[in-house]
Amino acid sequence: MATRPQHRGRPKPARKGAAPELYKASKAQLIKFYREMLTIRRFEEKAGQMYGQGEIGGFCHLYIGQEAVVVGVQDCLLEGDSIITGYRDHGHMLAAGIDAGAVMAELTGRASGISSGKGGSMHMFSTENGFYGGHGIVAAQVPIGTGIAFAHRYRRQDNICVTYFGDGAANQGQVFEAFNMARLWDLPVLYVVENNRYAMGTSVLRSTGSRELWKRGDSFKIPGKQVDGMNVLAVRAAAGAAIDQVRSGKGPYLLEMQTYRFRGHSMSDPALYRSKEEVQHMKAEHDPIGQVKKLLLDNKMASEDDLKEIGREVKAEITRAAEFAIASPEPEAGELFTDVLAGAGS
Amino acid sequence: MSAPLTLLEAVTLALDYELGADPDVVVFGEDVGKNGGVFRATDGLQAKHGEDRVFDSPLAEAMIAGLSVGMAAQGLKPVSEIQFMGFVFPAMTQIITAAARIRNRTRGRLSCPMVMRMPYGGGIHAPEHHSESTEALFAHIPGIRVVIPSNPSRAYGLLLAAIRDPDPVIFLEPKRVYRLVKHEIENNGEAYPLDMCFVDREGDDVTLVSWGAYMHETLLAAGQLAAEGVSAEVIDAATVYPLDTETIIESVEKTGRLVVVQEAPRSGGVGSQIAAEVAEKALFSLIAPVGLVAGYDTIMPYAKMEYQYLPSVERIKDEVKKVMAYT
Repeated sequence: MATRPQHRGRPKPARKGAAPELYKASKAQLIKFYREMLTIRRFEEKAGQMYGQGEIGGFCHLYIGQEAVVVGVQDCLLEGDSIITGYRDHGHMLAAGIDAGAVMAELTGRASGISSGKGGSMHMFSTENGFYGGHGIVAAQVPIGTGIAFAHRYRRQDNICVTYFGDGAANQGQVFEAFNMARLWDLPVLYVVENNRYAMGTSVLRSTGSRELWKRGDSFKIPGKQVDGMNVLAVRAAAGAAIDQVRSGKGPYLLEMQTYRFRGHSMSDPALYRSKEEVQHMKAEHDPIGQVKKLLLDNKMASEDDLKEIGREVKAEITRAAEFAIASPEPEAGELFTDVLAGAGS
Repeated sequence: MSAPLTLLEAVTLALDYELGADPDVVVFGEDVGKNGGVFRATDGLQAKHGEDRVFDSPLAEAMIAGLSVGMAAQGLKPVSEIQFMGFVFPAMTQIITAAARIRNRTRGRLSCPMVMRMPYGGGIHAPEHHSESTEALFAHIPGIRVVIPSNPSRAYGLLLAAIRDPDPVIFLEPKRVYRLVKHEIENNGEAYPLDMCFVDREGDDVTLVSWGAYMHETLLAAGQLAAEGVSAEVIDAATVYPLDTETIIESVEKTGRLVVVQEAPRSGGVGSQIAAEVAEKALFSLIAPVGLVAGYDTIMPYAKMEYQYLPSVERIKDEVKKVMAYT
């Protein structure tokens, strides 16, 4: 009988030794990061609350804890760049500049939602903001993002596609098929593994033979780097360097963001697979927002009052988004038959 | 300038035409570039249109489909080849959960103008995945089209239509008849309509519906039946999904009898769907039970047993005689 994989200790934190490279942010940039991360945090808290009130149907995967990843990466992107991700996508959308009201209206299944109330939490798009979803099938977005990068290259555009996926998706075969294609054609794609340590309830320790996900591109000669994904300055520095390389035509790059979600996989997850102490430790020591707040205060770039004011503004924006969503009408029954094939039902 | 072409050559000609006409068209797949395809459907296209537009892809079907979705999301028109239809299964997740749904999920902001060409069906003496007909698996998926040409002219016209269509098309090429007949084809870039049946022979006594390779046996049977005094109308379904039921219903209202001929296994197939549509919409026009000549509910067998599985002209004629017994 085969032996079961052994649980071999706690996941290692970002590699010790060399101090992580940190982006030198100006005061204005740091405040921008703070505001954007806080917007995602407050949006997700509100979404969680509205899910509890029965306003949001099906499933809802919150991004709380992982905010530094998208905010740091997005800061490196240019007009015309593309982004694609999996189902934990609200944060990516807000970071891409998509209106919080349109996202919240989608979560609540309203006609004014960004997918007219037909896509829901996992299936939102905004071509205006270069956001190509929102994909509910784990890893399905990886070949698609690679295809988007192919189109950028085919059209001789100076743009790249950032393709996000999680530690769970990292074990899907499609990812490696896409890696091979990206290297073969030197496609302008940045792969970002958001390693939040748990694929739903399964720890990386219980699912993954080689846990150095940043090395997953090795056999395709795709360079990789492990990054403290809880620190927006580490994310910004690593993403900036990687994106420069990808944009210069050197082909794909892989970043493993070591991150952590503070909430369950979805709203119905009691999170029995990890200890309360572990979650508490990550919140206390590694909160991406808390880290930036401390930097701002310690360096006297902002006062407590300044940050409270930002907090009030963010809260007001999220309240407006929620009110807009709730006040919006539900889709008409005839919508059932629209947008299946071109012209059909319309 | 027209020349007599096989179905296979008509496919090549359509690809060549559209590559020339539309810079967004990209043709790729396993062996498609340098080698010109396993059946040589893309022969010469790389040399003519360049390696950026006609190229070999890694042997990775899920990636081929997913890459196509991404390319299409950016407005390219990828035309990929899956070497045999039986190799498409790793790509099903992308076809069903991404390609077919991008339009709906984006409320029409994105469409997915991709074509996946696949040789399909029996007749080359290989078992299972090299010979099976699983069109019904795709004909159950809202958001895609399933198009099957039965002859060279239709291969040319329908492939052009498929490439130009803004939605994903599964384009199934009946490989048994790749080189069976030749048609004079004028290379004028004229597409045939999708979502439409073609009435290939008019008749009054019985309606025969088929598609793909079995249109040939069905037309042969109709010819022989005419000599025996039975006037059969023969319809090529062509786009099996979404199906043009109107043309079929109209014909059945005229003839009062229906026999569907399919190569695929009997259960859960396109033939069953046609029977159900006719039962629902034209039951009282029928003067005989609907006949279904099909493959059997078994695994597509190897060489010597192949023709025990596949429908024959005789089986079609026998079924027609059965329904003709009702008056």
